[in-house]
Amino acid sequence: MGEAAAISTDQVAHVARLARIELTLDEIEHYTGHLGRVLEHASELADLDLADVPPLAHPYPLRNVFRDDVASSPVDRDEVLEQAPAASGGQFEVPPVLGEEA
Amino acid sequence: MSTARAIAGDIRSGAQRAADVLEEYLGRIEAHDGDVHAFNTVTAEQARAAAAAIDAAVDEGRDPGPLAGVPVAFKDNLCTRGVATTCSSRMLEGWRPPYDATVVQAMTAAGAVMIGKTNLDEFAMGSSTEHSAFGPTRNPYDLARVPGGSSGGSAAAVAAGFAPLALGSDTGGSIRQPASLCGIVGIKPTYGRVSRYGLVAFASSFDQIGPFATDVADAALALGVISGHDPFDSTSIPAAVPDFEAALARGVEGLRVGVVSELTGSGRNGAATGSPMLGDAAGEVLGGIDADVTERVLEAADALADAGATVGRVSVPAVTYGLTAYYLIAPAEASSNLARYDGTRYGLRVEGADVEEMNRLTRRAGFGDEVKARIMLGTFALSAGYYDAYYGKAQRVRMLTRRDFDAAYADFDVLLSPTSPCVAFRFGERADPMTMYRCDTCTIPSNLSGDPAMSVPFGTGAEDLPVGVQVMAPALGEEAMLTVAAALERAAPPLPKPPLAAAASTTGAGS
Repeated sequence: MGEAAAISTDQVAHVARLARIELTLDEIEHYTGHLGRVLEHASELADLDLADVPPLAHPYPLRNVFRDDVASSPVDRDEVLEQAPAASGGQFEVPPVLGEEA
Repeated sequence: MSTARAIAGDIRSGAQRAADVLEEYLGRIEAHDGDVHAFNTVTAEQARAAAAAIDAAVDEGRDPGPLAGVPVAFKDNLCTRGVATTCSSRMLEGWRPPYDATVVQAMTAAGAVMIGKTNLDEFAMGSSTEHSAFGPTRNPYDLARVPGGSSGGSAAAVAAGFAPLALGSDTGGSIRQPASLCGIVGIKPTYGRVSRYGLVAFASSFDQIGPFATDVADAALALGVISGHDPFDSTSIPAAVPDFEAALARGVEGLRVGVVSELTGSGRNGAATGSPMLGDAAGEVLGGIDADVTERVLEAADALADAGATVGRVSVPAVTYGLTAYYLIAPAEASSNLARYDGTRYGLRVEGADVEEMNRLTRRAGFGDEVKARIMLGTFALSAGYYDAYYGKAQRVRMLTRRDFDAAYADFDVLLSPTSPCVAFRFGERADPMTMYRCDTCTIPSNLSGDPAMSVPFGTGAEDLPVGVQVMAPALGEEAMLTVAAALERAAPPLPKPPLAAAASTTGAGS
């Protein structure tokens, strides 16, 4: 496999941190190969001169989409919280966010 | 095996009971799904209750609707209230959505009976179901081969006679390619024609829900049921829903059909791709369209010409860059959409010392290899310093595709190409990511443009396996697409039934 020039192991480690995915060193090597193969292929776009072509983000342009301002019943809170890994007092429960003890 | 139309007709008229029809299909699933693995979940008890309600309605003189008592399979990324919706991922194993997808509501309101949830590549990322966390689905034509993907479970279910109808989702070809590999009909509607509310998001500017069926008329019927504006999907198009079934009876006389040169190979490599009507292809070869597949497409074009259509070749140059653009934009959108799986609100959680460690460990354990790769690829394509070169450039190619299609549709009403570059392949044959991604070469362009496209069986290729022809049309042009698909269906050589379904129809209870 080997490392493709399009992306380095350091870059893959950085991207994994951004994407919040824990990886081992072996896995970083593996994904460097996988992503490298795709990005190598993607380099064919580099030769295209598309400066005059605007980007297209969405196939069917719709603007200012509002639904009618009518009250309706939301999804049941208890039914939602029943599916959460941890919940208490009508809320989702998570580990400490700011490094302090809960 | 009966069509959905015949089943619904019989049940509405009282000639058959929904409960009996259901048991027949449950029996086939029981007998053969151990081999095929089309389903993640079979909802037998719920289906029995639904079928009983349909029968009760008929007894009381009420019409249960156009899909009265028709068993239907839903891809397991469509939310079903109280019924596990896994996306074939460890991340969502056991999750029971608190609401139904709009399409699930629409099918149920039309009288359909949910029979189960079907297998897919994890989060719909793949072309073979080999990326399912729960093991692959096998092709009913040959259990050693893939059914295609990502909606491989839905396609295999219909091909094997486990349900006359199924719904799937198509982001880069995930309805059309498995329909092609399993010898059935699959439709990707215009982006916005069908509400995405309750479809677990993969790449939101591409994702579209559509039907699988054994024939074009059943697919058109199901398409009519699920189409229409939905205030819960802000990308849903506020347009009237045409009578799709009326389009089937129209002839192709006067319709202009363009065969896409870039997707039908070339005679230059010595492949036999000549056509009496069109002569040799003038277009460029795009990495590996099998010669036998191209031959079927050219035969399909000739059949349309015989039926009175005007057939010609058309160049859509940007399609040669479609694959590359798609595999930057779709992962970019996925990296954002899948950020929600963080161990907090639903699905898997792996405990950590703080919230960020919990996020990282949860996502490590919950996502499979391909999903991790695509999230990271997308994150990279969007990251500072690379955005313009990758994501930005890909979006410009997307505009180029849109323009090239617009130019082609100025001269032609519909376009023709292969659906898949090859027939069903063997497990493990396309382990390399780029080789797997090339399965989507012919289907991706219509996802980039947002236009409707469908696959219709047209003969067989290598190993007597089914070949699908893709019919593409401009946005909201489903009627012309269906007219041409129906004509192709009438002209197609008879397709052998998959061994499983053939066995089922001889041993089945009188269908």
